[in-house]
Amino acid sequence: MTDIIKLTAAETAEKIASGELTAVEVTEAHLARIEAVDEKVHAFLHVDREGALAQARAVDEKRARGDKLGPLAGVPLALKDIFTTEGVPTTVGSKILEGWIPPYDATLTQRLKAADVVILGKTNMDEFAMGSSTENSAYGPTGNPWDLTRIPGGSGGGSSAALASYQAPLAIGTDTGGSIRQPAAVTGTVGVKPTYGAVSRYGMVAFSSSLDQGGPCARTVLDAALLHEVIAGHDPLDSTSIDEPVPPVVEAARNGSVAGMRVGVVKQFRGEGYQAGVVQRFDEAVELLRSLGAEIVELDCPSFDLALSAYYLIAPSECSSNLARFDGLRYGLRTGDDGGHSAEEVTSLTREAGFGPEVKRRVILGTYALSSGYYDAYYGSAQKVRTLIKQDFDKAFEQVDVIVSPTTPTTAFPIGERADDPMAMYLADLCTIPTNLAGNAAMSLPCGLAPEDNLPVGLQIIAPVMKDDRLYKVGAAVEAAFVEKWGHPLLEEAPSL
Amino acid sequence: MPGITREEVAHLARLARLELKPEELDHFAGQLDDIIGAVARVSEVADRDVPPTSHPLPLTNVMRADEVRPSLTPEQALSGAPAQEQQRFKVPQILGEE
Amino acid sequence: MTTTTDLVSYEDALASYDPVMGLEVHVELGTATKMFCGCSTALGAEPNSQTCPVCLGLPGALPVVNATGVESAVKIGLALNCEIAEWCRFARKNYFYPDMPKNFQTSQYDEPIAFGGYLDVQLEDGETFRVEIERAHMEEDTGKSTHVGGATGRIHGASHSLLDYNRAGIPLIEIVTKPIVGAGERAPEVAKAYVRELRELIRALGVSEARMEMGQMRCDVNLSLMPKGADKFGTRSETKNVNSLRSVERAARFEIQRHAAVLSSGGTIIQETRHFHEDTGSTTSGRVKEEAEDYRYFPEPDLVPVAPSRAWVEEIRAALPELPLARRTRLLAEWGISATDMQAILNAGALEPIVATIEAGADATSARKWWMGELARSANESGTSLDELAITPRQVARVTELVTSGDLNDKLARQVIEGVLAGEGTPDEVVDKRGLKVVSDDSALGTAVDEAIAGNPGVADKIRGGKVAAAGALVGAVMKATRGQADAARVKELILEKLGVSE
Ligand SMILES: [Mg+2]
Ligand SMILES: [Zn+2]
Repeated sequence: MTDIIKLTAAETAEKIASGELTAVEVTEAHLARIEAVDEKVHAFLHVDREGALAQARAVDEKRARGDKLGPLAGVPLALKDIFTTEGVPTTVGSKILEGWIPPYDATLTQRLKAADVVILGKTNMDEFAMGSSTENSAYGPTGNPWDLTRIPGGSGGGSSAALASYQAPLAIGTDTGGSIRQPAAVTGTVGVKPTYGAVSRYGMVAFSSSLDQGGPCARTVLDAALLHEVIAGHDPLDSTSIDEPVPPVVEAARNGSVAGMRVGVVKQFRGEGYQAGVVQRFDEAVELLRSLGAEIVELDCPSFDLALSAYYLIAPSECSSNLARFDGLRYGLRTGDDGGHSAEEVTSLTREAGFGPEVKRRVILGTYALSSGYYDAYYGSAQKVRTLIKQDFDKAFEQVDVIVSPTTPTTAFPIGERADDPMAMYLADLCTIPTNLAGNAAMSLPCGLAPEDNLPVGLQIIAPVMKDDRLYKVGAAVEAAFVEKWGHPLLEEAPSL
Repeated sequence: MPGITREEVAHLARLARLELKPEELDHFAGQLDDIIGAVARVSEVADRDVPPTSHPLPLTNVMRADEVRPSLTPEQALSGAPAQEQQRFKVPQILGEE
Repeated sequence: MTTTTDLVSYEDALASYDPVMGLEVHVELGTATKMFCGCSTALGAEPNSQTCPVCLGLPGALPVVNATGVESAVKIGLALNCEIAEWCRFARKNYFYPDMPKNFQTSQYDEPIAFGGYLDVQLEDGETFRVEIERAHMEEDTGKSTHVGGATGRIHGASHSLLDYNRAGIPLIEIVTKPIVGAGERAPEVAKAYVRELRELIRALGVSEARMEMGQMRCDVNLSLMPKGADKFGTRSETKNVNSLRSVERAARFEIQRHAAVLSSGGTIIQETRHFHEDTGSTTSGRVKEEAEDYRYFPEPDLVPVAPSRAWVEEIRAALPELPLARRTRLLAEWGISATDMQAILNAGALEPIVATIEAGADATSARKWWMGELARSANESGTSLDELAITPRQVARVTELVTSGDLNDKLARQVIEGVLAGEGTPDEVVDKRGLKVVSDDSALGTAVDEAIAGNPGVADKIRGGKVAAAGALVGAVMKATRGQADAARVKELILEKLGVSE
């Protein structure tokens, strides 16, 4: 029998639908895998054994009754601990929400349940999604399955590590500045940041409202598309949700092709700070695209040079406001309520005790950027940069169908290397941030190992707003060509745990 | 663009309700000064005649009908409360005033 | 915390200074649901039973704008002669307060939905004063805290507080005036008249009941003085939550006297919040803003802009009801009364009951007479308002109908009203139960007339001698004997008939 945990989500769903496997078997296999390896990887903050098995049993009962099953029915999934789950702890990687059990499900959680996707548990993340390494989790770091002493990316390191270590064939991430794509890149998996507004943010704990976007993580492009279709679509509970049909992502993933497409390469996405092996693999990917029939177009997007700066003003500003609600009065941690402190003092003591250093840094930075004397110079200017970036993208997409770049300038760095050097850490998101600012869609998929360290390199594909299907069309073609070239999926080169 | 002082960080921490320890103040003041020094580049565009974009989507007028939807039960609403009394959230004495 | 405040007399204050006022009124809309979530706004619910992830500010929850809230804001804006923004946004006002679940208020900042209008208000003597409106914007209410362990629920000395978030998120419209200058000694009166006119307007629009005693309408009075002839405004004080019409006037008056005392003794006014005390009519210092407020407003990223189409705005404008001042002017002419009469009617809260009584069939004079007379007295005695009395305009109209038809006289009608107010039933039921019918039947009256003549021979003689005016005494005797139910006119006729005299 094939090893259940190595199956793709599409294969797993097929076998459950045909009766070759039961959802309970599949779930138990993954729970056993978690039991076996997660002590080392630390991808999960919470494993919902009972809940997952109950969901799996319900799928098997449905099948026994002859009910029609959805395309991912019975497939296990690792959910980033940023989405609320009724009755199941949600911490956002923070001490301030330790033990909090939400009384409601996020829209995304509801959609997963409605599609009979089995939620195995909640995955580790940088606290409040602030970080690129998952080292900022209050509950300890996650290891990269390729090398447990290295970071799995962040903020969604738990989700990508769960995929790369075969603890789940599907996962959910959220991407504010690259938190889906950068972890996918450094773990050799696939991650998609859909168009802003494509996936409901209701019940996704906010970091930076105008940038945050939930999306699918998987080991193959098709699996990501299948998950994308389940979680995307209009939600009346999210005012910023797009009320339009979901682009045909699954169809695109099943019909990968780049023939005749114009693919842009942006001048600004290379140079200082880019690891040689990353650049090498990226250049090879561009050559591959050309060999598959794409026309390569050089692009100049000068405003991208200001993207990182704009991001580190906008995201902290919004987060300073979004995180104000964590005051120790209605839910979560409360510190200093000893009869001698006022509500105001208890709030300050709680936030001091409950937030980690990166969160505090950003809250202070955001408070600064929004304060009256500085608003125009910082927040106001950052908003102008945002306009310029959108304009650069608009111009670019007049010339090309998609843009490609390295997902992140380097491969996975060692845990601890940049832990107290915020500026170095922020550079990990250099290539991913412009898309968050402009709102368009992007994907990361593996394009090989960097020769100098044998660690995965990610290829980023960027598409215009609501043209998410292009990511899958191009991604599927690239994936197929690479798998053919390598003779197997990249992840099979990862050391076994 | 001016840098950020320890006193400013202390003021911001008060505004943000963070009871920072003295050593944190020192540490953050240095780091924030670096970060702000770097991101202040955005003010290069301050004088340019460019409209601001606060949001990636051009949506307007997203509204809902004025129809009652079920609320949480009081038990659910209070389920995460660190302290409660008389079906209300119990908090320490409030110093400020409305 | 009683601190004595030096005051100068009102007259002296006005002799040296010109007051400048700014009024900020918050109106709670009467929508079925909150501004950003579907929780009910019904009053009197159990604590925390009308809350959800959104209005509790739970992690992950997101707001969605109440369409009726926006429509109400547009109605108010149009009625205040404002321009309606073609495009505007919500903004976050960031500050920490335990009543406020998100620790920011979703409000509007530099892009209010309505701006640049005015409201004409009428003073007691009928004179009109134009108050310029700066803006009207949408925002949300806070929860309610109860302070436990201190004296009489005050915040000071409390050991802890209890929070109920049922009110959190209820839609508010904040209406801000431009600085009101030139009102001089009438500034307090203008303040009161403005708030009253605004309340009438809000009610006429049907967007809120605007009951100040229930906190549905709350007023902040900002006041400063400038030396007569100066053109630069002085430092202002902000007196918060002044919650009755009378208090608005008193608060303004007190602050004028207090500012004048400080300024004339060479002191300076500090910009601060002040609290108004109903019992003493004075204000006391609240929090001095040692650090300037910095609300760090920025556009609310969880909501998209509101862009009322011009067609929709015009549709709303066309459907606006007749506004209160226009209506009062019309009624004043129709009823043929003076501005002072109308003011008295307004002060008594009798306008709506009178109009409703007329609509139910009564003539204007009778309707006014009953509501401003008997019923006003009754409300006054029981300390309630007219609309709280246990009688409906329809019932008052029925009473006037019975008087017109001759079935009741005024004295009996009063008894009928008394019965209705006492819960004895409808006017007709009270007439039946109490047996209150004018007796004009000659045979029933004849005996009483005979007895009155027999009992007062001297008076009878005078009448026989031609002193017809003396008949009043005999009529009185008959009325007394019939406990007021006799038809007085018929009694007089019978007396004269029996004594053989004619008028
Ligand atoms: Mg306000
Ligand atoms: Zn609610």
